[in-house]
Amino acid sequence: MTKPTIEQIAEVLKEKFGQAVLNQEVQYDFTIFTIDKASILPIFRFLYEDEHFQFRFLTTACGIHLPENEQPFAMMYQLHSLVHNVRLRFKSYTSANDLQYDTITDLFPAANWMEREAFDFYGIRFKGHPNLKRILNVEDMDYHPMRKEYPLEDLTRYDKDDTMFGRDKAGFKKLN
Amino acid sequence: MQEQPTVKKEEKKQYSKLNLGPTHPATHGIFQNVLTMDGEIIVDSEPTIGYIHRAFEKIAEHKPFYQITPLTDRLNYCSSPINNMGWHMTVEKLIKAELPKRVEYMRVIIMELSRIADHLICNSVIGVDSGALTAYFYVFEWRENIYEIFEEICGARLTTHIGRIGGFERDFNETAWRKIKNLLKELPKALKEFENLLVRNRIFMDRTINCGPISAEKALSYSFTGPNLRAAGVDYDIRQMNPYSSYQDFEFEIPIGTQGDTYDRFMVREEEMWQSVSIIRQAVEKIEKLQDKTSFHADIPSFYLPPKEDVYNNMEALIYHFKIVMGETDVPKGEVYHSVEGGNGELGFYLISDGGRQPFRLHFRRPCFIYYQAYREMIKGAFLSDAILTMSSMNVIAGELDA
Repeated sequence: MTKPTIEQIAEVLKEKFGQAVLNQEVQYDFTIFTIDKASILPIFRFLYEDEHFQFRFLTTACGIHLPENEQPFAMMYQLHSLVHNVRLRFKSYTSANDLQYDTITDLFPAANWMEREAFDFYGIRFKGHPNLKRILNVEDMDYHPMRKEYPLEDLTRYDKDDTMFGRDKAGFKKLN
Repeated sequence: MQEQPTVKKEEKKQYSKLNLGPTHPATHGIFQNVLTMDGEIIVDSEPTIGYIHRAFEKIAEHKPFYQITPLTDRLNYCSSPINNMGWHMTVEKLIKAELPKRVEYMRVIIMELSRIADHLICNSVIGVDSGALTAYFYVFEWRENIYEIFEEICGARLTTHIGRIGGFERDFNETAWRKIKNLLKELPKALKEFENLLVRNRIFMDRTINCGPISAEKALSYSFTGPNLRAAGVDYDIRQMNPYSSYQDFEFEIPIGTQGDTYDRFMVREEEMWQSVSIIRQAVEKIEKLQDKTSFHADIPSFYLPPKEDVYNNMEALIYHFKIVMGETDVPKGEVYHSVEGGNGELGFYLISDGGRQPFRLHFRRPCFIYYQAYREMIKGAFLSDAILTMSSMNVIAGELDA
């Protein structure tokens, strides 16, 4: 089997999914497709099942928060075709009031904890996930700490008060 | 292949719950598994992780690039130099720094040394968990020798913080070279003796063969990487697939297993140590042949701190020092992914830079976190004692699991 070029993959994707592929760019030798949220699962399933491409390895997935953006949340997925050694990155943006993606755990069981991690840290929900609960943080935590609005210091701590050192509580900002 | 004991679920049967962990002496780290037991056989398990979660991804968003290296130390602390190098290379990729060959070969030496240290611990701990304590004490001397080399090079042993963005903080000294060469001479003997103790040992074989097996398909679907995937029979090694730090200049083989059980994982790690010894030997030879005898860092003054004497006596060096420390240097915007073959598999760094002194987003692709998901399935229907062995042979490191 010949190694497919990025152009071939992009062409097939655009032909099959047309509008769903919103953007294609290359950054540091890595091709990134920005895709529509609703088409994540169909696109991945196609790339997985295609006899030629065989993107059957999920390298990693994570959430991203971009508060300045019109669509401030994103999921990043990286697929790897081990047969051809081609890596692709997919990004899909969503707005804050529609924080839900389709789960890809049916296709890649490894996505289970990655999606739980994204839920834990960003509050992104995954429709159809078998066990969507916090993974690294305590279960009774009531915020999603990797969002940019949360300062580094834990807001629920009462034993740390830096006001007498001229800094506000937790924010590391200087007081007047 | 011997058949695994199967469990038939009966209606009125009562199972007992067993809390394995969080701080169980047999699990080498803080993991909790609530097991549902049918006598001695595990029916189901519920893993809980996050006991040593330290929010590295969040902290990294508030630290300049060079201060993130100590965070990476604490991921897989059995082979922290590989993590350090992986992070340095990620930033070097972002700023498009070119490194001299000598530095890349020196990095290869460090990375392979720490791979040996990592695999020595894992393999000897498999011995401990199957009741063979001797081998463990025997090879720990060699891990100590490797740590002495790290100490000679960077001053630290476990959480090394070795190297800098752009190279090393200083050249390897005479003692370091002598210790490396001595290790190359003596380690094969020790490895041989270690293997004599375990590899064809009947008790060890009976204990580990067909213990916690995983098929290649399952391993791939759970995104296994590293020795655990190779033990299942897939020859995926980033050092050959996407060579970094001049790994393409070296000749080495990727050992693979067939069954994906504890014994195969042990054997794959064992062979990898031999390959690492050969890579280090090649690297030392290559460095000796190089024209360049002195360079130990790339020429990137705006990222690599100048020597202290220059900072006090040279205006330009002082300016660079100030700019680096105060975070005044411009970093390109963009996103970069770099992965290295860590002790446990593909250790990836996904870095989004917005041009500031800190990453906008840094995500660690931690191999442990990803493959530990399969543990539940791997121990289903196994004996409790096999579950312990399976975990130690997967080399689940709590620091990397929880980040």
